[in-house]
Amino acid sequence: MYNSFLIKYGEIGLKGDNRHIFEDALAKRIRTVLSRIDGEFDVKKTRGRIYVFCGGDWNYDETVERLSHVFGIVGICPVVIYESCGIEELKKHMTDYLKEEHPGCTSSFKVKARRVDKEYPLTSMEVDAELGEAILLANSDMRVDVHNPEIVFDVEIREEIYIYSKVIPGPGGMPVGTAGRAMLLLSGGIDSPVAGWMIAKRGVTVDAVYFHAPPYTSDRARQKVIDLAGIVARYTGPIRLHIVNFTDIQLYIYDQCPHEELTVIMRRYMMRIAEHFANEEGDMGLITGESIGQVASQTMHSLVCTNAVCSYPVYRPLIGFDKNDIVDIARKIGTYDTSILPYEDCCTIFVAKHPVTRPQVSKIEKSEQKLRERINELVDTAIATAELVVAK
Amino acid sequence: MQEIYFDNSSTTIVSPAAAEAVYKVMREDYGNPSSMHAKGVQAEKYVKEAADAIARILKVSPKEIYFTSGGTEANNWAIIGGARAMKRAGNKIITTQMEHPAVSEPLRVLESEGFEVIRIPVNEKGLVDMGALEEALDDRVILISMMYVNNEIGAVTPVEEIGRLKMRMVPKALYHVDAIQAFGKYRIYPRNLSIDLLSVSGHKLHGPKGTGFLYKSDKVRILPLLYGGGQMLALRSGTENVPGIAGLGVASREAYTDFDAKVAHMRNLRDRMTAGLAGMEGVVIHGMEGEAGAPHIVNAAFVGVGSEVLLHALEERGIYVSAGSACSTHKKSGSPTLTAIGAPKEEMESSVRFSFSELNTEDEVDEALRVLAELVPMLRRYRRK
Repeated sequence: MYNSFLIKYGEIGLKGDNRHIFEDALAKRIRTVLSRIDGEFDVKKTRGRIYVFCGGDWNYDETVERLSHVFGIVGICPVVIYESCGIEELKKHMTDYLKEEHPGCTSSFKVKARRVDKEYPLTSMEVDAELGEAILLANSDMRVDVHNPEIVFDVEIREEIYIYSKVIPGPGGMPVGTAGRAMLLLSGGIDSPVAGWMIAKRGVTVDAVYFHAPPYTSDRARQKVIDLAGIVARYTGPIRLHIVNFTDIQLYIYDQCPHEELTVIMRRYMMRIAEHFANEEGDMGLITGESIGQVASQTMHSLVCTNAVCSYPVYRPLIGFDKNDIVDIARKIGTYDTSILPYEDCCTIFVAKHPVTRPQVSKIEKSEQKLRERINELVDTAIATAELVVAK
Repeated sequence: MQEIYFDNSSTTIVSPAAAEAVYKVMREDYGNPSSMHAKGVQAEKYVKEAADAIARILKVSPKEIYFTSGGTEANNWAIIGGARAMKRAGNKIITTQMEHPAVSEPLRVLESEGFEVIRIPVNEKGLVDMGALEEALDDRVILISMMYVNNEIGAVTPVEEIGRLKMRMVPKALYHVDAIQAFGKYRIYPRNLSIDLLSVSGHKLHGPKGTGFLYKSDKVRILPLLYGGGQMLALRSGTENVPGIAGLGVASREAYTDFDAKVAHMRNLRDRMTAGLAGMEGVVIHGMEGEAGAPHIVNAAFVGVGSEVLLHALEERGIYVSAGSACSTHKKSGSPTLTAIGAPKEEMESSVRFSFSELNTEDEVDEALRVLAELVPMLRRYRRK
């Protein structure tokens, strides 16, 4: 029945003079995601609204699914467009629409007509009344409630007549690419993909870096991270994922430093290497999935230590989240089932039974002195041998 | 880098002749054996030829060979179809504690349907406790299911002795043998061994994946799992996988050509590997020694080295092995066989399986031993503490 969508966007509407930049980015992103599925889609911006007109061999569910992955969209309203017609025919359209879309409905409703075509013989109020009556005649179980209706039938009278009454929620946020870029430290866990998703939702383009440690971590673990990046990329567009071999650095730290400090020192080197790639990509910050106190390396003391090596801002969108809240988002965005596949990642392979939970920067720096001899060379090699995979 | 494939109990490379047969059927003789026309007759010939070849190897009738989608289907069918057909005679099923999931899982299903399943323990080498087995056999027993060669440690079950015991104690019960790791490594004559049902998989002996068969003695009845067009004497409906069956027939014939020499070659590789490993510190070898064990499987624990880590480290050097059983690496639980033989936790976590085919060489074994001697001490140095 439907042949188009009205796209509702929230926050963009608040932007002042820059509004068109955000609207253009949103329309562009919608065009991009729809270009990857069958059908012909015409994305039109008109006076504070974006319409998607669908034609060709398009599929409703697939289109809605794609649109629901576009940041910036608050609601997706499936619209039926009728040729302009007199009120009697319009009443017939309305009852057809009602039977098709709200069969057996017992809700309260109101009709909200808007007359863009001022030539139309009836006023908006008159259209409301006529169509409201038609609905009541067609379904006596429904009742009118103009203050608190359960269903609003929107009727827009333009060159054609649009009817819609449903809103499918979109992810909200800002269109991708309107806020700059940042580098996500992506592991195979539950948190980091969620963190990347949350920052991307604010319009940030996300790059990513993953550290693996063959042979201690497997190709399947690597593939899992590429898959995770691919799932996040459904929202963000293609993600440039740098895969860094961290084994030699890790073993060197293992050999030289106190074992209980291994994880903290490792993470400091991960941050340093991530900054290198952030710099290369023109990023303006790092993103991590850290949450205060979740594990030893995420106590406030440990965060001080890892933060101390960073010159970029580190965005930690999950910092105040409980694990179950993070899991809820992971489920919602579709990363959870991949995240829980049981492959070891490089943060856990040598983790000490009792790692430090209150490390001090000065002490950690002193331990790192023991790495002086070879660490720069190992870091350079890790950077030079990193692979780039574009996940989409 | 030279590739050394020591994971032949997971799967094998398809032999050139088998691959050629598959291709020929796919591209030329592609008919449906059930079709009335010449194309169908031609296709049917391949199925008959494969059944003939296998029947000659087992010294049975070709009519007793039922092609399946592989070992798992053959096992499921023998166990579920067998137990259901025997339901009126009793409800007790005897098996061991070290079966492959393709046997233990259908048995669990039967258990939930009310059958009683007795799992006979095995000793530290993987040998079935014959005393316990004898004790378990009573007139309620309808099915005995035994694994001929254990897939993880190569332990060999005395299937002949069990066959005699079965004939003496429970002659009416069905006797199923999972021969997936044994076919191609042993001469198996089901009639002499009193075996009623025998499962075989094609891809373990250089045949294509998705192929296999169940030998079912004409003297016994089992119920089908698949109903439909009535193929395979209405016991296994579904259009026959003719290309796969042709490949399986060729591969089976090849496996039993120069059979003694091939098995001796594998056994020589196994002994060489075992001897080399015995000289390494902190290595525990599981399974039966010498002639008692299967000719192609070595299971060794490199204590202190995680088996997956060793697997990937070997992989970096072009050597492919299994950590435990390939079929169960996605599960967190320990290996069923190593649990059954009572291997301690540190051995379970560090066990690796090397499995050979006749294509492997002594040089490959020597190279693998050399790489292991180099890697293991290094990997042992870095561990969780």
